[in-house]
Amino acid sequence: MTTVDIPTQSTGPRSTEAGQPVLSVRNLVKHFPVRSKGILRRRVGEVHAVCDVSFDLMPHETLGLVGESGCGKTTTGRLVLNLVDATSGEVRYGGRDLTQLSTGQMRPLRRDLQIVFQDPFASLDPRMTVNEIVAEPLRIHGLFGSTDNGRKQVRELLRQVGLNPEHGNRYSHEFSGGQRQRIGIARALALRPKVLVLDEPVSALDVSIQAGVINLLEDLQRDLGLSFLFISHDLSVIRHIAHRVAVMYLGRIVETAPVEELFTKAAHPYTQALISAIPLPDPRKERTRQRVLLSGEVPSPVNPPSGCRFRTRCPKFANQLSDGDKQKCVNELPALVDRGFGHQAACHFAEARKLV
Amino acid sequence: MTVNTNIQLGRSDVDPNLLLEVENLTVSFPTDDGVVSAVRGVSYQLRRGEAMGIVGESGSGKSVSSLAVMGLLPKSARVTGSIRFEGESLLGKSDNQYAEIRGKKIAMIFQDPLTSLNPVYTVGTQIAEAVLAHNDISKRAARDRAIELLKSVGIPHPDQRVDNYPHEMSGGMRQRVVIAIAMANDPDVIIADEPTTALDVTVQAQVLEALEAARAETGAALVLITHDLGVIAGHADRICVMYAGKMVEMGSIDDIFYRPRMPYALGLLGSLPRLDSSRKQRLTPITGAPPSLVNLPAGCPFTPRCPLAQDVCEEKEPVLTVTDDPAHLAACHFHDKLVGVDAAQLFGTTSADPDPIDSVDQEVTQ
Repeated sequence: MTTVDIPTQSTGPRSTEAGQPVLSVRNLVKHFPVRSKGILRRRVGEVHAVCDVSFDLMPHETLGLVGESGCGKTTTGRLVLNLVDATSGEVRYGGRDLTQLSTGQMRPLRRDLQIVFQDPFASLDPRMTVNEIVAEPLRIHGLFGSTDNGRKQVRELLRQVGLNPEHGNRYSHEFSGGQRQRIGIARALALRPKVLVLDEPVSALDVSIQAGVINLLEDLQRDLGLSFLFISHDLSVIRHIAHRVAVMYLGRIVETAPVEELFTKAAHPYTQALISAIPLPDPRKERTRQRVLLSGEVPSPVNPPSGCRFRTRCPKFANQLSDGDKQKCVNELPALVDRGFGHQAACHFAEARKLV
Repeated sequence: MTVNTNIQLGRSDVDPNLLLEVENLTVSFPTDDGVVSAVRGVSYQLRRGEAMGIVGESGSGKSVSSLAVMGLLPKSARVTGSIRFEGESLLGKSDNQYAEIRGKKIAMIFQDPLTSLNPVYTVGTQIAEAVLAHNDISKRAARDRAIELLKSVGIPHPDQRVDNYPHEMSGGMRQRVVIAIAMANDPDVIIADEPTTALDVTVQAQVLEALEAARAETGAALVLITHDLGVIAGHADRICVMYAGKMVEMGSIDDIFYRPRMPYALGLLGSLPRLDSSRKQRLTPITGAPPSLVNLPAGCPFTPRCPLAQDVCEEKEPVLTVTDDPAHLAACHFHDKLVGVDAAQLFGTTSADPDPIDSVDQEVTQ
């Protein structure tokens, strides 16, 4: 990874100039309609997939978006790229609100905003060679140029993601899962984007392969100065790669903090439960750990609980709070309250705990 | 823990605690491209009440070897070796004879509860079916037993839930139903094949809790198959690491996690991002991919990915040998060189996949 064509050598969000966010998301909401069966297909309800989500993505930063299945993290990623229409709220990039733009107006901006999908088996066209797959974005945006120049770019991209450029005329099925994911990354990098949305990029890979892809993403960020929105359910990966983390539950961000702050001083009971639920690959620590076990399952996003959405599973609500305090959780939606050091938690009774 | 080696002990001094004994098990599947050797000589012993973990990546043969124990392989599979349960050979039993053992002696929990439960019967019927298969009791008594079992795996309102169909339950609850079925006949061995892989972490914690409860109640021995080293760390006493259809390392949980003696096991541990470490250490990937199991070349199958590989590794496949502890076995010619070595020293922290698709090349040309 020696090819640096953007002169930024920053290692993290701290060392950047000024601190203007590349991308800011404000009060983003997405409701999907639930329709009745039959011919009329009346609208009978709404899935509250994403509710009032706001965050900033700084230059050269990795923002980790964590949560369990159905918490709205993938929808948030798609909303950011304007791949699904937002119900309300705004996504500001380069001084413009992406949610207001038409497809045509959006197209030039897509050079800057790219995505890597989760499943490397489904996201590559089986009938295209790797060269064609990586060249496609260049052709669409008219950057392929002469055949020689275009081929050179593609070879360079393949080398950049740690693949052998000689294998460019093979088809994707000839590659292993890890290598396919690298092809997906090369395609996303082809237009020299500034922001990369990574939607569970390593979840489908075996651990020994996953490590190589994580190292690659770290190198690319360092060398190309990219900003990552890293969506994952795996907190270990997030702790390793992210600079800042936002934890989502049922469509809302419940806690956000710089990575060390979050893992050592988790304040929201949900974050605490998530951290303590991850089994540690260290038998001695695993035997002696403190656990915060949750009861029940995630409620339906069609009809989320009033007040704090987490209260139906919250161990604090169930075991520690008085009836008066419980009323507050039932009636009042907790706002994200600042706890200092860029740490915010949306819990009326937030309390920092160290669990790992 | 007693010594566990490949050397066969005399029949006379059989350990009364020995439940399951698998010896030199091989499973191969004939395909159009040639014979796939999915399991190539696996031996292990399981004692009463013990929890043994089997780890390995996709395609390492960990599921196939346990399906062989349950007699659930497709007819096309060729199985050799021996599988004995309480001294009685299981291979070659007819389906009817096997039915006596499945569920009653050895029970299995599969990965995906949505496919292992029948969508057209209520969960109560399915649990009762397992109870009635081995007990001569009334349907009403079987239903009561089903409710009792649902309660013991932590399902709230079991008397109402018993009439639910699988689709009316969430993934975590379905998996708990599967655990309830597995413990219905008080088996001696529970084989759990990736029991929590399809579940979210908070639900995984609940299901693992239910599995521990089931074990405590039945006193069953557990074979836990998973790719997640974290799950193994908390729920097994002993671990077998599989690679390319063979056991490449066996030992107590502390041996494998703190003193691995096979480069693959060391590499696996080094490639895990750690939740419990704030040091932003580079990960140490194992480059390359596992070999194709069709026409595997001679020698150690890990050779192409191994930084320690020498000529001898390409010629001779190492067998499991005793390392510094008699219960800790590793299949590596150079296991003594791994004393005190950490993954970063051995594997490096590359981000590339340097010599891509050599193994795929072979697959394609064959």
